[in-house]
Amino acid sequence: MDLASAKMIGAGLACIALVGAGVGIGNVFSSLISAVARNPAAQAQVQPFAFLGFALAEATGLFGLAIAFLILFVF
Amino acid sequence: MALELHPLEQFKVEPLIPLHIGGLDVSYTNASLFMTIAVVLITALLVLGTKRGALVPGRWQSVAEMSYEFVADMVDTNAGHGAEPYFPFVFTLFMFVLFSNFLGLIPYSFTVTSQIIVTFALAAAVFIGVTIIGFIKHGAHFLRLFVPEGVPMVLLLLLVPIEILSYFIRPFTLSIRLFANMLAGHTMLAIFGGFAASVGLLAILPVALDVAILALEVLVAALQAYVFAILTCLYLRDALHLH
Repeated sequence: MDLASAKMIGAGLACIALVGAGVGIGNVFSSLISAVARNPAAQAQVQPFAFLGFALAEATGLFGLAIAFLILFVF
Repeated sequence: MALELHPLEQFKVEPLIPLHIGGLDVSYTNASLFMTIAVVLITALLVLGTKRGALVPGRWQSVAEMSYEFVADMVDTNAGHGAEPYFPFVFTLFMFVLFSNFLGLIPYSFTVTSQIIVTFALAAAVFIGVTIIGFIKHGAHFLRLFVPEGVPMVLLLLLVPIEILSYFIRPFTLSIRLFANMLAGHTMLAIFGGFAASVGLLAILPVALDVAILALEVLVAALQAYVFAILTCLYLRDALHLH
């Protein structure tokens, strides 16, 4: 197998990490919606944590995407 | 027919004014230019915006005051009391990352925070600063940070190395989070833009997708600045209050 093909396969495999990002982000906002539905007055307190959680969950997925780009374009 | 895509060309750092001091290349690059623009814009907003100092603020003064209050509130809530001296640092970090991220969204500009060395420099400054603050405030007792309370001795043998590892990984996750978000966003924009250039009449689809992704990138730009600042506050709280 030559390097170019191996790179493509490697990049594709690395992108599987984004599944985790999707699940995580869905989880975070589902909890936010449940929490605000139960107690609308708490929205202002809970929302900053929801955004922080979203960013951290997305970051983990993007670590995988960064590896994919690294494989494709740097090596 | 291969698709001639060069999505990573936009991240190339080009020297605008070549300068060499000793053996070091200290050229003024396009990255330096956009950092200068960001600093000038921030200073203009804050200095010119609050120059009139009206009791009922006008538009620019409102924006300057709101950004100040937002960060002051964030430091107060998340870093606890005793963190007031560090507010200027967090404010500078937040405004610089925010303005750099937003400047990068302008077409044909350069995103400073999409360079790993820039984000790593910021994250290393935060990590080293917070560690030094912790040691100055608590002395050797700072190492208690790695030993959570009420844990049996057997678990501690496993837990302490994990805590130490997760502490030292902080500068890397902090920098890679911002870098990867900016890199991924701009690369996606470039890739779909490339599709639009080569498809003919169907180009409306990649362009529409690009518009949606650009909207997402605006959100991500603001959010990543907020996350960088709030994590700095949380690490500061860990160092100042050890839990």
